[in-house]
Amino acid sequence: MTTIDTHSEPVTDTPPGLMRRIIRQRQAKIGLVLTGIVVLVAIVGPLLLPWLTGYTSTEFAGRPFQPGGMFGTDNLGRDILSRFLDGGLTLLVYAALATALGMLLGTVAGMLAAYQGGTLDSIIMRGNDVLLALPQLVFALLAITVLGPQGWVVVLVIGITHAPRIARVTRAAASAVITEDFIRASEMYAVPRWKILLKDVLPNITGPLMVELGLRMTYSIAAIASLSFLGLGMQPPTADWGLMINENRIALTLQPWGVILPVLAIAILTVGSNLITDAVARASATVEESK
Amino acid sequence: MLGLILRRLSISAVILLLVSMLVFVATLLLPGDPAQAMLGQQATPDRLEALREQMNLNDPFAERYLHWLGGLFVGDFGVSAASGGSVAELLGDRIAASLVLMALAAAISIPVGILVGTYSAMRRGKAGDHAATGISLVLAALPDFVIGIALVTLFSTTVFTVLPSVTMAPPGEQVWDYPSQLILPVLTLVLVVMPYIIRMMRTTMIEVLDSGYVEMARLKGVPERQVIWRHALPHAIAPVAQVVAIQLAWLAGGIVVVEFLFRYPGVGQALVDAVTNRDVQVVQALAMLIAAVYVVVNLLADIVGIVTNPKLRTGGTR
Amino acid sequence: MSTLIEASTDLALRANDLRVATTLGQEILHGVSFTLQRGRMLALVGESGSGKTTAGLACLGYFRTGLEHTGGTIELSDGTDLLALTDAGRRGLRGGSISYVPQDPALSLNPAMRIGTQIMEVLRVHGYGASEAERRERLADVLTDVGLPNDAAYQRRWPHELSGGQQQRVGIAMAFAFRPEVMVMDEPTTGLDVTTQALVLQTIHQLVTAHNVAGLYITHDLAVVSEVADEVAVMLSGRIVEQGPSDRVLHDPVHSYTRKLLNAVPDLAGRHHIGEVEAVTGALPIISRERAASARVATPEVAGTLLSVRDLRLSYGKNPVLNGIDLELGRGESLMLLGESGSGKTTAARCIAGLNGNFTGTVSLAGQTLAPGTRQRSAEERHRIQYVFQSPLSSLNPRRTIGESVEVPLHMSGSFNRKQRRALVLEALDQVQLAASFIDRRPGQLSGGERQRAAIARALVNAPSVLVCDEVTSALDVSVQASIIDLLRTLQVETGMAMVFVTHNIALARHISQRLAVLHAGRIVDLGTTDAVLENPQHSYTRELLTHVPTL
Repeated sequence: MTTIDTHSEPVTDTPPGLMRRIIRQRQAKIGLVLTGIVVLVAIVGPLLLPWLTGYTSTEFAGRPFQPGGMFGTDNLGRDILSRFLDGGLTLLVYAALATALGMLLGTVAGMLAAYQGGTLDSIIMRGNDVLLALPQLVFALLAITVLGPQGWVVVLVIGITHAPRIARVTRAAASAVITEDFIRASEMYAVPRWKILLKDVLPNITGPLMVELGLRMTYSIAAIASLSFLGLGMQPPTADWGLMINENRIALTLQPWGVILPVLAIAILTVGSNLITDAVARASATVEESK
Repeated sequence: MLGLILRRLSISAVILLLVSMLVFVATLLLPGDPAQAMLGQQATPDRLEALREQMNLNDPFAERYLHWLGGLFVGDFGVSAASGGSVAELLGDRIAASLVLMALAAAISIPVGILVGTYSAMRRGKAGDHAATGISLVLAALPDFVIGIALVTLFSTTVFTVLPSVTMAPPGEQVWDYPSQLILPVLTLVLVVMPYIIRMMRTTMIEVLDSGYVEMARLKGVPERQVIWRHALPHAIAPVAQVVAIQLAWLAGGIVVVEFLFRYPGVGQALVDAVTNRDVQVVQALAMLIAAVYVVVNLLADIVGIVTNPKLRTGGTR
Repeated sequence: MSTLIEASTDLALRANDLRVATTLGQEILHGVSFTLQRGRMLALVGESGSGKTTAGLACLGYFRTGLEHTGGTIELSDGTDLLALTDAGRRGLRGGSISYVPQDPALSLNPAMRIGTQIMEVLRVHGYGASEAERRERLADVLTDVGLPNDAAYQRRWPHELSGGQQQRVGIAMAFAFRPEVMVMDEPTTGLDVTTQALVLQTIHQLVTAHNVAGLYITHDLAVVSEVADEVAVMLSGRIVEQGPSDRVLHDPVHSYTRKLLNAVPDLAGRHHIGEVEAVTGALPIISRERAASARVATPEVAGTLLSVRDLRLSYGKNPVLNGIDLELGRGESLMLLGESGSGKTTAARCIAGLNGNFTGTVSLAGQTLAPGTRQRSAEERHRIQYVFQSPLSSLNPRRTIGESVEVPLHMSGSFNRKQRRALVLEALDQVQLAASFIDRRPGQLSGGERQRAAIARALVNAPSVLVCDEVTSALDVSVQASIIDLLRTLQVETGMAMVFVTHNIALARHISQRLAVLHAGRIVDLGTTDAVLENPQHSYTRELLTHVPTL
């Protein structure tokens, strides 16, 4: 039998991959540069101490509020640059862990709710509603009240409070995919359910999930920094950007660098990650359109 | 329609009930003895026992929960472990102060956000739209304390010193007697909340403007102004009400950071103090209060959605 | 042909060398010209992507977002160029002297506005009559004109309270309310049932002739064209390739594309064969003796009935969808299951294939009663009944290659290694006439027809004895439909499998089926050989259907 390729219909062009679409956008480039700078400072910073400044971050450089060093000393006389260089890594690591936890819980719950439907769906979604009724920060504060301001508590509670929000997005995206006939087809061939979720559903919701990943990372950074800022996250004498702001904000007029440096770093980081997220959202939207 | 609203109402009640359980279970996780914590290490066993009895700590868990829950309905939020005073008394003035802050922020950010979002959608791809989306993208990324501190450095300490950076009302006077002290906290909240309203309004409007019925209205020769007001905007109300509700609910939690930053005597600061002192009764009461605000505001948004949708209003099947 | 003088007095609108491009510079319409005359209807015919809607909207001076006018004129009866007018000038004409009937009334009526208000809006905007009372009167009149009730209660209805046909009538009433000179209708009957379509077409025809309106009817359906149009313009990729009186174009086409298009249109009488393979109407398909013999050896059960459906019932809540269906399908036989939307035809097909296991009654294959759902059926049973979905856009996972998708049934049977699977996939692709290179492509790189072929390949890979095809051609252009029908016939003849062909399009009957079952409201109302049912329908529903089906 001969093979025909004379179908008169127009064939859509191959859409370039999601990654290429993201990188092509100017704001994604700006976002990557901004985030890159801060992440680099946070990772390399601790390695440079005390070689670069002459101090570790908890050593006392001199009297409080001295102009010595590049940015002076803080209220306890510690070198601000040293504290700044040492203060970003924990924030990033905690934020990444909390985000990963939230993504894992939320994606699994959302996909199960969408695919199984029925009672399981109701239970998961009603549970979500309950968790969502408490604002993230209030939930975190409640947990910290009873469990104390410790790293694992912060990671756990931020992760868990992300989960229902991620689950909602996942469920919505997955529900749209699940109405498609290729899911019916896989069911018709008795493909195991976990395999349908993994091979048919998950690859088709990567766009919204990546947007969610970026968004939740931005919010994790903000939430964890906020807790430290309130004095309820990282505890002294840890060097941490959020905590630095808390410790130095009273002396804003005397020694602005102690506040400005960490505020700037957090601002650049969150703006950068949000720019990337927005670029991802745009890119995945155009992929959807061209389908 | 009424049936739908009643159904929605009962769902809200159940959610609030479940939240109350969640919040109450938190006390179980608390290490140590609340009575001991209130009276300190030197307390005599007799006094401890008396206080335990007074706080119903000896009752079974379920009974304690019901007692606490019943108290919430009559305004009895328990006793503060830190101050020994009644929680309700402690929070009275602060609730009013926080409500002022929230109301002002909402009154500014909602109308401005809706206007800017609509403008942005109508001038899609033009310079005004790019500016509005760009600025709201950046603002939406910034944590609230970053915005607050930036405003403080700008207007009260480092660059200009024109506005007070902390709230200091003499005892007995109310915060709103000093309007200049309200400017920075309100502005911070507005800048935090508005970007979301702008973005959502823009997305919704663009979707509506691209719809078949808006195209049809234009093809009918309806003037553009009428197309926007009669055909497009009514369809944007329900989704925007949802976002406004989420933002109002967020305000209920977001004031925590802003009040702490500006030392504003509201419930947010009380919450931070209570957490620092591990004053569980106060934290529980505030958590319930904030959850109630969230649930009620969302309920209102859903009712707006039901009322503005003729399909739901006339009880038609979807 | 009318004389020159008549033509000039009757002229309502003339498109002259119309050019439209995307804002990125890609030209969509390459100089389109046509003339609309009062009391006459021009049909603009083309397949998807031909630019027919863009041309129609240009007659209202309207270009969708991303498109812009780059050349040519739209000349009106008074000689003005519509496209040279200001926005306000164009707006004054839209809905007034030039009106538009949209393709999908469900999307085009404002869901939050009562239908009376939506029609009144046109009259108010353009200032019909001197008073509100006069406009109210016109509203009542125009509702009557399109065959709808005109009482106050009806005017206060919401769009969602109307059926699809009623919604479309409201759309026509809206376009007709201001007594336009020109009406542009964009596939106004797509998605409507045959009977409703016939009535709507009749209404349109009456309005246009009685009120001397110049009509532009945009469609992909040549059979409809013969019913409504006086002249036809055939569009292909942004150009008009043939234009003339409809009798001439439909029966004596000049351009090869028009001929190809006409050749692809299925006709109820089966006068010509769509595609290249001989129709299988009437007698059993021509199966070569060797194949028939080997098939008999492989399945030693009773010859004759292969699939049998007994008392199939299913309801969603209180709504019965299937009210007891009995069907039999012989070995190698092709059965058409015909029904309009809501008749339960897809549900029935899915019950047979085991996709929907919530039914009562029995489905048995070669005497063996099957479990209701596919997950309860054995691998062997699953292989023997295969199902092809309606939309090829939806039935293939966009993130998997064609090879991976086609391989799924083999993978699940577990009895082949990687190399054997690949060989079988390639064989199946060859059967559906797709080149081996398709194995590594993704659905996004395929056209609609190619995707449907790939979906059919997935169904064939396990060599089924029954193939259930659910509206497999309804999402495709007519020429692609012909090639898919062609393919299915070829496959049936080659493999000797039996086929259930589910469709709403009765015109396909003689092209694909030996027997025909007519499904109406969950019951089979007519069943017999295709010729018998078409020539001697037993049920009034079938008779009604046959009288309303448009023919060339």
